[in-house]
Amino acid sequence: MTTSPYGAPTAVRTAAPAAVATDLTKVYGQGETQVVALDSVSVEFRRAEFTAIMGPSGSGKSTLMHCMAGLDSVSGGSARIGDVELTALNDKKLTQLRRDKIGFIFQAFNLLPTLNALENITLPMDIAGRKPDRQWLDQVVETVGLSGRLKHRPNQLSGGQQQRVAVARALAGRPEIMFADEPTGNLDSRSGAEVLGFLRNSVRELGQTVVMVTHDPVAASYAGRVIFLADGRIVDEMYEPTADAVLDRMKAFDAKGRTS
Amino acid sequence: MFRTALRNVLAHKARLLMTVLAVMLGVAFVSGTLVFTSTLSEAQQRSSEKGFTGVDVAVQPHRADRDSGTPGPAPRLRQDLLDKAAALPGVASATGSVGGFAAVADKKGELAGSGFTSAGANYYPGKDGKDARYPLVSGRAPQRAGEFALDEHTAAKTGYKVGDTVRVSVRGPVLEQKLTGVFTTDDGNVAAGGSLALFDTRTAQKLYAKPGQFDEITLKAAPGTSQTALKSAVEKILPRDTEAVTGQKLADDQARLISEGNSGMRTILLVFAGISLFVGIFIIANTFTMLVAQRTKELALLRAIGASRRQVTRSVLVEAFLVGLVAAVTGLVAGIGIGAGLRSLVSSMGGAVPDGPLVVPVSAVISSLAVGILVTMLAAWLPARRAAKIPPVAAMNSVHAVATPKSLVVRNTIGALLAAAGAGIAMAATDESGLGLGAGLLVIGVFVLTPLLSRPLIAAAGPVLRPFGMSGKLARQNAVRNPRRTAATASALMIGLTLITGLTVIAGSVQKAIDKMATDSIKADFVVVNASMTPLSPEVAKKLAKDPSVTASSPLRQGEARIGSGTEFLTGVNGGAIGDLVDLDFTAGSIAGLTGNKVVVDADTAKQHGWRAGSSFTATYEDGKKGKLTVSGVYKGNDMLKGIMVDNATLTPHLTDYSDQQVMVKTTSGDGDKAKDTLRKALGNNPALQIQSKQDISNEIAKVINLLLNMLYGLLAMAVIVAVLGVVNTLAMSVFERQQEIGMLRAIGLDRRGIKRMVRLESLIISLFGGVLGIGLGVFFGWAAGSQIGEKMATYELVLPWGRLGVFLLLAAAVGTLAALWPARRAARMNMLSAIKAD
Repeated sequence: MTTSPYGAPTAVRTAAPAAVATDLTKVYGQGETQVVALDSVSVEFRRAEFTAIMGPSGSGKSTLMHCMAGLDSVSGGSARIGDVELTALNDKKLTQLRRDKIGFIFQAFNLLPTLNALENITLPMDIAGRKPDRQWLDQVVETVGLSGRLKHRPNQLSGGQQQRVAVARALAGRPEIMFADEPTGNLDSRSGAEVLGFLRNSVRELGQTVVMVTHDPVAASYAGRVIFLADGRIVDEMYEPTADAVLDRMKAFDAKGRTS
Repeated sequence: MFRTALRNVLAHKARLLMTVLAVMLGVAFVSGTLVFTSTLSEAQQRSSEKGFTGVDVAVQPHRADRDSGTPGPAPRLRQDLLDKAAALPGVASATGSVGGFAAVADKKGELAGSGFTSAGANYYPGKDGKDARYPLVSGRAPQRAGEFALDEHTAAKTGYKVGDTVRVSVRGPVLEQKLTGVFTTDDGNVAAGGSLALFDTRTAQKLYAKPGQFDEITLKAAPGTSQTALKSAVEKILPRDTEAVTGQKLADDQARLISEGNSGMRTILLVFAGISLFVGIFIIANTFTMLVAQRTKELALLRAIGASRRQVTRSVLVEAFLVGLVAAVTGLVAGIGIGAGLRSLVSSMGGAVPDGPLVVPVSAVISSLAVGILVTMLAAWLPARRAAKIPPVAAMNSVHAVATPKSLVVRNTIGALLAAAGAGIAMAATDESGLGLGAGLLVIGVFVLTPLLSRPLIAAAGPVLRPFGMSGKLARQNAVRNPRRTAATASALMIGLTLITGLTVIAGSVQKAIDKMATDSIKADFVVVNASMTPLSPEVAKKLAKDPSVTASSPLRQGEARIGSGTEFLTGVNGGAIGDLVDLDFTAGSIAGLTGNKVVVDADTAKQHGWRAGSSFTATYEDGKKGKLTVSGVYKGNDMLKGIMVDNATLTPHLTDYSDQQVMVKTTSGDGDKAKDTLRKALGNNPALQIQSKQDISNEIAKVINLLLNMLYGLLAMAVIVAVLGVVNTLAMSVFERQQEIGMLRAIGLDRRGIKRMVRLESLIISLFGGVLGIGLGVFFGWAAGSQIGEKMATYELVLPWGRLGVFLLLAAAVGTLAALWPARRAARMNMLSAIKAD
């Protein structure tokens, strides 16, 4: 099973998908040391959908995200954000695309220590030289619950608060799609749950599109859809997952890994 | 632990590169200096020793007590003394020599060589008809008036051959001499690139002394007679006011002079090498601080598994030792190269470097290695101690351990106190040592304060950076992110620029002051002097006075007289003309009164003797006659014109053998080139004479000062280069530390250009920060030193060379731009994915 012929069960979407990968291939190295990280992957990420990408380490889940987000180059196939073909863009255009159309959340928060929370949130727009949409910004800040801490520097915030700043930063520019790379990896479970809740709310209430790479079944259970990768291929897909169901599916990989 | 340190050094090769380079440059400077000066000393020593091989005892005129005898020049040695000395037992041969200035015109009529090194002497044939001092290469020795021999070097330079007629000027008119021979010599002056013309003894005596007179008699001992025995034998026949000196002592004295001269040069060069090394210290300290910070976890792990604090400190110091060793060895090798290169550079520029082998003294090797290693270890000492303070628990922290910045309060207080004390002492200082102390304290104070100063000063740059958008803002914030690091980097540049600016301010002001002194009191169109700055023949003044284009002229004639219990210099001037030629400030009387027995004196001399306008005094002249002189005016003297001015009509008859310091001339057609040509012709196109207008004098002063300044710039350039390495180093390390941030910025949409711009602007900010501090401090020192100089030079006033200060600021900007090239490129090329990966 590669792509789903069905729409997301939460809502009927008629618009074009936010991002599409077609026969996406990524190969590292050459000759004997060659590693196929992505093997002809085709997948659609629909608008206003929260997708989790799961798989054992080395399955290619991070590579898929990096390629779709324009952070890494592609060896073959196509990757599109909206109707923009990423493989046709040079570094400068790709940078602009990331700046204007994509939001990022990293595992290590990745905030600039010299900027305060608000400045970190508006950083992508400041880089672009755009004025932030005040109303939207207020709504985002309100949603992630940072209203009282906008003047704080990252080192004055807790890990959970820092990641919420990162979420707000990704949201502030109204991106076409948000990519989150293990966003709860460095957080305790309570802060992690908060952040995941915001991501889910941003999809449900703000109509955002989120793609999240994770290896945590609980985190995946916040998503509306989970796709499973193994050895660079999409091997399964699950809608409205529960943590247990995801865990069971993952155990199957482990078993396979042990027997093979 | 040694192995850990070695591994660390190898692992951080790239990051230590700039540190190694910085130390290497400093060490190369030190060893280059030592090698060059030793090579030079040895070569000069050798060449001077050769010059004394034929001299066992020299007899020279000697005036034991200046004030007791009759004023005037020392008496010369006479032929009968030479004859008597030659007849003494134990004397193999006796040579009389006489000499002085001799300008040789090249084929274009210009002076061959420089004025100071154009010499003439006599050829004194021995029993075999040859003068051992001057072996002939071609032709024969000069034998009569109208003939001369020239040293091989000058002959080659000018292209003269035996048989050519050459214009030579000694004191009087230009002589047309036939070149009869070309010779080689060990004469130090010639080895140093000067020219030497030889005449037959009679001619030389006529030119430089009086017939039968010598400046010096040198004796060669017969085999079996020692120098001291010969000296005692000679001393019995010496008239008064003469002395005998052994050849050994002459050679020793010469050697001492040479080594003193070279040690002065060595000291100056070593001071500048020291400055470069001092600048290097900042870079080394910065590097090790950053390395330790980056390795917090590693070092904590070492502590956790049982390494003691001391072992951690030692491991960092061992690393510093290895870095220092590598830098010192490469620096030493580079320094030997520099020493060799410097010698050929100096000789290619016409400098005086006698041939000789390249000397690499053991002391140079030892001190270079010691300096390189010690400086590195010293600079790494504080970071090493800080490394030891890392608690073992830091190894367990999963999060990047952020060093909590220690409060700067103590540092700022100390800095403020030092700077205030330094500025106070420098301003209140009454002598050089006070100024030096103040300057030193102020510089240290500012060093200590730079972290504090960095914030407001860099914040002030904010508006300028606004057009650069986010890159500019991030650059500014990055620059103040670690004030200590920024401060150390900027300080390195500050040192060089402080010195460059200070010297420029002082040099500019001094130049103006000398210029004013030299030209303000002159009303004459031209001043005629000898190229060698030796006295002029009275003929020059006579010729000029007779020329129809000259409206007024006066020599400044040198004479002495005993007045009261001491000897005073008298300046003989043409009483009628001098008023048109000089512009002196009279506090009493005027220059118009200068005639007959009436004289004018400068205020200092007047004060010393208690004279006022109208006072009289008795002067005993060189010929022993007495005269009564009356003060008719008192003027403000300066370094050019001072002392007692007497009418030549009064002074000259009392002088036995007189000469003029210079002749001042006013012409009908002003001070243009045409007037100068007319005068040159009137003086017989004499290559020895310089006819200078006020502008020429100003230009000459400017040339000398600029040459000096350029040499200092050259020496300080090394400190600036080291500072550039420091900026490169800091940026590269910062970029490395901020990999994750840079990766994130790239991911969320800052393009490569933006990243590059951010790093470049940070570099620019740090460099300009250092530049502004350096230029500011330099101007302060220039001003403070100037107030000292001002007390000795009446015409001194502070001149701020705005143009040059602007150039220095641009230089700082260039340093910043240049230093950022590589780190900016590295930052822009950084792999985004590995950069944003959590560690």
